Amino acid sequence: MSFREPHELHKRRFSRNLGLGLVLAGFVALVFGLTIAKVSDDDFSVPAEVGGAQ
Amino acid sequence: MSDASLHASETGTGDAGFRDYFALLKPRVMSLVVFTALVGLLAAPGSVHPIVGFAAILFIAVGGGASGALNMWWDADIDRIMKRTQGRPIPMGKITEGEAYAFGIALAGFSVVMLGLATNLFAGALLAFTIFFYVVVYSMWLKRSTPQNIVIGGAAGAFPPMIGWAAVTGDVSLESTLMFALIFMWTPPHFWALALFMKSDYHKADVPMLTVTHGRRATRTHILVYTVLLAPLAIGIGFTSIGGPFYLAVAVVLNALFLKGAWDIWRRDEAVAEADSYRIEKKVFRLSLIYLFAHFAAIWAQTMLNEAGLGGWG
Repeated sequence: MSFREPHELHKRRFSRNLGLGLVLAGFVALVFGLTIAKVSDDDFSVPAEVGGAQ
Repeated sequence: MSDASLHASETGTGDAGFRDYFALLKPRVMSLVVFTALVGLLAAPGSVHPIVGFAAILFIAVGGGASGALNMWWDADIDRIMKRTQGRPIPMGKITEGEAYAFGIALAGFSVVMLGLATNLFAGALLAFTIFFYVVVYSMWLKRSTPQNIVIGGAAGAFPPMIGWAAVTGDVSLESTLMFALIFMWTPPHFWALALFMKSDYHKADVPMLTVTHGRRATRTHILVYTVLLAPLAIGIGFTSIGGPFYLAVAVVLNALFLKGAWDIWRRDEAVAEADSYRIEKKVFRLSLIYLFAHFAAIWAQTMLNEAGLGGWG
């Protein structure tokens, strides 16, 4: 049994999907980093109503 | 018929790759946006967390890229005519106009919201205004209707250092306005030098560049006038809080060279320029690129010197 050579179009589509996947993974990492940066900031405080509810 | 050929015939584009979408963002223009925004952010008083600073520059770059994609969507008809732009994804048939529009609008909204959330609402609003200015004011209104298109449209490219500054401070200041003015005044002589040796392109596309509407003699005069107006502005930055002796020395040298170049362009007539294949015009165009990068690099270097207590005005 032999595999067919992937069509050039599939290669291009794969490059687009891979690129988009990496961009999304990078975005998730960035939002995580931003969250850590924001909550570890000296000025950060939990809003009063949230704090009161706990 | 395979699913691949079916898909290709449906879209009529041949399914663009990742690289084609990246090309829609005008990466070369983006490098200027990233660099000037970064200098604006670093020169601003105060500080932000490095991740917030990185995110701010990234979202400003994405916003600039979105402007580029929307510009390519709007200008697709003339991009097919001009030699310089025929290799772009839409004229090449890799991406449809509708795809470019959707991509640009999505990235514009995304970048504005994310910059606003990552830094402050003012910076987000300034980025939104910049995209609006480039796409609507420049691309849609001015580019095809007035030879002053470059002058007013240049404002869009001048906003990034102001946005970088606003990302830290949340407002506008004399210094950020001067950085804006530096790019704003630099843009006309930079593009008109290009238009002098790319004359057939703009003429063919019927874009009212100054060279087409007012002639090449008038364009040469305009280059000189704008360069004369630019010099005191660029040197004046040296006396503000972001300036200092190092920046001043760089600015004096570069402005002397740029003024000399503009003077040489003004002195020449078409016959002489054509005879040497626009050697001086091309040289001044290249110099103009170095001019802008070097000014912002000098602001950056001066900021570091000032922070180290070396070389500032005190």
